[in-house]
Amino acid sequence: MIELIVNSALLLFLLIVAIAVVRLRQLLVSVMMFGLYSLLTASIFVVMLAADVAFTEAAVGAGIATVLMLAALARLPAEKEEARSRGQFWPLVLVTATGVLLIYGTIDMPGFGNADTAAHRGVAAQYIENAPVETGIPNMVTSILASYRGLDTLGEVLVIFTAGLGVLLVLGGIHPAIGSRLNSQEGQSSDTQEQSG
Amino acid sequence: MTDYLILRVTAKFLIPLILLMGLYVQFHGELGPGGGFQAGVIFSAGLILYALVFGLYRLTQSIPVFVLKVLSSLGVLLFAGTGVVTMLLGGEFLNYNLLAENAVTGQHLGIFLVELGVGITVASTMLLIFAVFADQEGHD
Amino acid sequence: MTDFVLQHFNYWVVIFLMMIGMYTVISRGHLLKKVIGLNIFQTSVFILYISIGYIEGGTVPIVAGQVVGNTGDVVYANPLPHVLILTAIVVGVSTTALALALIIRIRDAYGTLEENDILKLDQDSDG
Repeated sequence: MIELIVNSALLLFLLIVAIAVVRLRQLLVSVMMFGLYSLLTASIFVVMLAADVAFTEAAVGAGIATVLMLAALARLPAEKEEARSRGQFWPLVLVTATGVLLIYGTIDMPGFGNADTAAHRGVAAQYIENAPVETGIPNMVTSILASYRGLDTLGEVLVIFTAGLGVLLVLGGIHPAIGSRLNSQEGQSSDTQEQSG
Repeated sequence: MTDYLILRVTAKFLIPLILLMGLYVQFHGELGPGGGFQAGVIFSAGLILYALVFGLYRLTQSIPVFVLKVLSSLGVLLFAGTGVVTMLLGGEFLNYNLLAENAVTGQHLGIFLVELGVGITVASTMLLIFAVFADQEGHD
Repeated sequence: MTDFVLQHFNYWVVIFLMMIGMYTVISRGHLLKKVIGLNIFQTSVFILYISIGYIEGGTVPIVAGQVVGNTGDVVYANPLPHVLILTAIVVGVSTTALALALIIRIRDAYGTLEENDILKLDQDSDG
């Protein structure tokens, strides 16, 4: 019961933070709030028994994603605040309608924390039963990730690799640009400036 | 950045710990929570902290961008290569049972290699993306 | 009734977050805000998956102590959604990075990140 209450309280916090992220017009504040949002998500994952996922979300969402967004913002010095947005009526209607339909859909869903749902039978039950024995690895998430679903993970790693490649291509870094510019005189002078200042 | 004495001192103290934590998560991920994805991200977070406090130039002096590019593809190669090796040994793609005499040891070895590949790719790709973003700063 | 609400509260929050994300993507003109909206949407899906994997009274899917196999007296949370979401989070941040890179390029090319201004510039150059 206590878990359910903690979970619900955290989810309420999450909702408030999400609304704040969207409503704030200053981009820097919005990005920082988004970091907080990720940290809250990570704590919710801990409550919901997903230690590995919480770990990842804390490191990625609250760490890397925020830093990347800040780096992008630093690259866009003129973009401090977004303009007043246009008519909000129709988007609100559309979103409300979709939301109501989706909530209607959840009425049939099995309750939160129910052990007898379809998701816990079949392949998942087999993994829990066999994974520690067949691989000799106590962490089932690791053994499923790397062994049972190895091909899936290979695809995900390829996506990450491709995204990195895409960033390099889009920002023109694939040319000698990056490395040489970083190691050029320019980089050196700014560094010494930093040291003297 | 030299003005921020407290920031620099704490960063110097924290960075080795973060990197060590990254390695721990990588190699202890089979026993506790952790694994290649988390380890890669934590490791790169430590190095990004270094770049944020001491400047990107210092970081790329010790880890050239060229090396990051090679490493990010090396991780994928290690992952896929493990699969190819198991195929050469006569099994299916990524069937680790054949990597050692007994199936459990084979699984251990296979998962270790694959997680290492994941960790290398994630860490270097995240650093690479950060380097590209931070490098362009103030160039427009 | 209270039971029903408590048991479905997670799903409803997920749908609210999803809709907040969708609303941001549709109604906000600033491209960076759209990316943040997409991220909120994405996180809501993560929470949905992990909610499905949760089992009341269960434990984290890591076998404690020596590996002896499961005797059945310990209930583990479903590890499968964890695996799917674990990879999705890291893939999500890489795609976000790609989106941010595209935003930087758009800013360089157009000088603005407001959708309306970009559309106007496009139409002017066409006409």
